[in-house]
Amino acid sequence: MLELKNIRYAVRDGDDELVILDDISLTIDDHKLVVFTGPNGGGKTTLAKVIMGLVTPTAGQILWNGQDITDLGITERAKLGISYGFQQPPRFKGLTVKDLLTLASGNEKLSKDKCCQYLTKVGLCANDYLDREVDVSLSGGEVKRIEIASILARNSGLMIFDEPEAGIDLWSFARLTETFEQIHAAGSATMIIISHQERIISLADEVIVVGDGMIRHRGTAEEILPQILADTLSGCPVLTKGGAAQ
Amino acid sequence: MMEYQVDRELLEKIADLVGKPVGAFNIRKDCGCDGRQSTENIEITGKEDKPGIDIRIKAGTKGETCYIPVIITQSGINEMVYNDFFIGEDCDVDIVAGCGIHNCGEQDSRHDGIHTFYVGKNSRVKYTEKHYGDGDGRGGRIMNPQTVVYLEEGAVIQMDTTQIRGVDSTKRDTKIVCGKDAEAIITERLLTHGDQIAESDMEIVLDGENAKGRVISRSVAQDESSQVFYPRMVGNAACFGHVQCDSIIMGEARIKSIPAITANCTEAQLVHEAAIGKIAGDQLLKLQTLGLSEEEAEDCILKGFLA
Repeated sequence: MLELKNIRYAVRDGDDELVILDDISLTIDDHKLVVFTGPNGGGKTTLAKVIMGLVTPTAGQILWNGQDITDLGITERAKLGISYGFQQPPRFKGLTVKDLLTLASGNEKLSKDKCCQYLTKVGLCANDYLDREVDVSLSGGEVKRIEIASILARNSGLMIFDEPEAGIDLWSFARLTETFEQIHAAGSATMIIISHQERIISLADEVIVVGDGMIRHRGTAEEILPQILADTLSGCPVLTKGGAAQ
Repeated sequence: MMEYQVDRELLEKIADLVGKPVGAFNIRKDCGCDGRQSTENIEITGKEDKPGIDIRIKAGTKGETCYIPVIITQSGINEMVYNDFFIGEDCDVDIVAGCGIHNCGEQDSRHDGIHTFYVGKNSRVKYTEKHYGDGDGRGGRIMNPQTVVYLEEGAVIQMDTTQIRGVDSTKRDTKIVCGKDAEAIITERLLTHGDQIAESDMEIVLDGENAKGRVISRSVAQDESSQVFYPRMVGNAACFGHVQCDSIIMGEARIKSIPAITANCTEAQLVHEAAIGKIAGDQLLKLQTLGLSEEEAEDCILKGFLA
């Protein structure tokens, strides 16, 4: 179980304090698939990074399976079974796809068959990719799918994906949602997915709308999707008033 | 031959040699010959007038490897060696060179070598060279290799050079002249640490029609070390040349990279790229999320970059 207690994250902005996360408390039960959604700049990614240890909160407490991990570093959290798929994964000159999957799995003798399984789940063919370097020769969509494959290889208890659909073509996207569905059905991991895609939102046990650094709504996909649509319309002066933006 | 552990360790580091090599070889140790063997197709003979060897490879020789490592295990050695390679037509051979210096003394040990290759028509040569230094003496470990390659029509050389670590001072000088349809592929990897200095001068002359040249240089400079790269590609005909220099800079190190391309023909297509930067923060973070510590992540990035 993941518990966030009164998480606050603020940065200095000149003489002012800019609050990015404002007293967020949240519990996610084991093996649930939770989607964080909401407007850009609302704090979704920061919240996910706080869980992985990529951002240190100003205040609050994080517990993973009952253990207080607030003061643990990224590596220690990774070893406790938390993994994180970056929205814009870095590239590595000289590291091959096989190297990355091997590192992610923690098994130096990771077989080609296993690599092939992970890559197939994100719509890539192992024969074409295993020996390729994860460098600028790969497209953004390819790097993104390799990133997701690396999270699958980690086989961790908590998988966090930051906009996994971004940059991925429609065909691979369909394959990806199937993969999320399979992991969820197998009950092998808790998943937090940051997404704006209706298809992914509809897979969720719970949807959490994050905006202005706070949790705006929580509920099932059926409850939240109509609200998101309503908020989108009411939030736009052009759409609601038919006039020019203020 | 190879009776001492130091010798064995150096030979394994610089030439991946374990035990006596199969095929043709010449092992040079502390200014002398520590073992030599020719084969039916590869003849190695000592020079009469100066230190060094001549290596003659018969036309049509394929699938053979020739080992010519140099090791120095004493302090205070200073040598200049001339090795000439005469490679016949239609060959496909591997040449494994390399130099290892184990210096436990107070005086510098230095190996300077001039390798000259004459590669015959349509021959392929893979040349691998590793440099490595160790020993806890204060004496420097110095290596200055000069390599000159003449490629005849359709000949190809793939040159992989690596400075593993422990070389206090190096000045590399490489010149390759490519004839018609000839190709030079050079991959240079270099690591400096402490207060080491390294300089690599390279000139690839694409003289013949459809000649190709490709230089990939990757280096890591740590601590207070300094590096200077000066790869130059000259196109004198309808040709294609590409120079790519990438360096990772760390600590208080300094790196200067000056790629140059010169076209003396309107049909010459030449490209150069050069980049110097530190290890990106997001690379370290990504590997940490896979369970590596920051130090392990750094090692992993450097190892991959120089692999």
